[in-house]
Amino acid sequence: MIDKICLLKSVHQHFKDGMTVMVGGFGVPGTPFTLIDALIEAEVSDLTLIKNEANEDHMGLSKLIEAGRASKLITSHLGLNTTVIDMMNRKELEVEFFPQGILAEKIRAGGAGLLGILTDIGIDTILVKNKEMTTINGQKAVIESALRADLALIHSAAADPFGNLVYEKSARNFNPIMATAANIVIVETERLAEHGKLEPDSIHTPGGFIDHVVVLEQLSDEYGILEHHVV
Amino acid sequence: MSFKEKIAKRAAAEIHEGQIINLGIGIPTLIPKYLAGKKKVIVHSENGILGMGNPCKRGQADRNLIDAGGTYVTIEPGASFFDSALSFSLIRGGRLDLSIIGALQVSATGDMANWIIPGKYAPGIGGGMELAQKSRQLIITTTHTTRDGKPKILERCDLPLTAKGCVNTIITELAVMEVVNDGLLLRELAEETDIDTVLSLTAAEIRIPQGNIPRF
Repeated sequence: MIDKICLLKSVHQHFKDGMTVMVGGFGVPGTPFTLIDALIEAEVSDLTLIKNEANEDHMGLSKLIEAGRASKLITSHLGLNTTVIDMMNRKELEVEFFPQGILAEKIRAGGAGLLGILTDIGIDTILVKNKEMTTINGQKAVIESALRADLALIHSAAADPFGNLVYEKSARNFNPIMATAANIVIVETERLAEHGKLEPDSIHTPGGFIDHVVVLEQLSDEYGILEHHVV
Repeated sequence: MSFKEKIAKRAAAEIHEGQIINLGIGIPTLIPKYLAGKKKVIVHSENGILGMGNPCKRGQADRNLIDAGGTYVTIEPGASFFDSALSFSLIRGGRLDLSIIGALQVSATGDMANWIIPGKYAPGIGGGMELAQKSRQLIITTTHTTRDGKPKILERCDLPLTAKGCVNTIITELAVMEVVNDGLLLRELAEETDIDTVLSLTAAEIRIPQGNIPRF
């Protein structure tokens, strides 16, 4: 039996200046807050971060960015984070935006060992200004390169020691695709299942993609309900 | 009834039983209450839900279950969860019957702008471009003019486009307009207004059909 379980403090050895880091999550669900905190403690800098959004002000990825550790963010939408938008406008952070599904597909392609994708999304807009174009089957297309990272930080509801993962509800989002697209993949899990106890048909990410499993002893307040989103 | 409620109620009438729909932020979020108990639809949320239900009641929020705007929601029987790549396969693959979203500007040829005001507002495109470009049908719900009274329906958009020629129907507090081959066609007029008012607040030609124009 292969056992990838490691202590939280041992993940620090994988954090390096200048690295590219993919971070799962869409809002609070699926964001690996504990691993992000570890990355903040490690005091590495000049990071390129890839995440759907930057969490909300002063939470999760936003804390890492606010601490000045990132030089670039690759994302799809920052509408719920004025702090990071202000940093972008002050040119303290370079931000590259992609349509949400194109961001997902670039990562999926990176994980699948492809070099890029062809798409017609944004074809008549300023989004494709300065982008490489081609024609396929008589149709104009944008060439979008695949995205890979040095490191991916993933959150799962359950994991076994091999790294087979199960996500919960809308916490799945970018986690399964990012788990395929980095050289080192670390997952934090809410629950550890015994080897062989996860139903093979129900596993969302096969353990072959995962390098290290950190079992969360408790969930910090950041994982909880955001009262301003309860209507 | 407020402007926004009136627009939402009228937009709800465009939705058909059994459709897979996506509702944007703002006015579209008011639509579900006008469907309640009348039509069964399947609501898609970009963050990986098909079969989303209403926002949940206070005290019943599930930390792992939000919509794309962050609101805690419920799910309907038969719902499914999936990752972000698959979520956008539903959109780009043409499986969404209808999306209803807001806009900053719409043109007479169905061009739409809703994601960037250069120098003022540029939080990123999110899923909007793919929804606008690939939904089988796109309805825009918007107030007829900006807060300072400027027309939002124009011959040509001057803001950067979200997508070209993507809009089928525009619903405002004053009128329902269809984008047809040769421009805009007036389909319905609000009870409180008249044709001259609509024309004076629109910076594009609108074709007025013969005969009685239905009211809403």
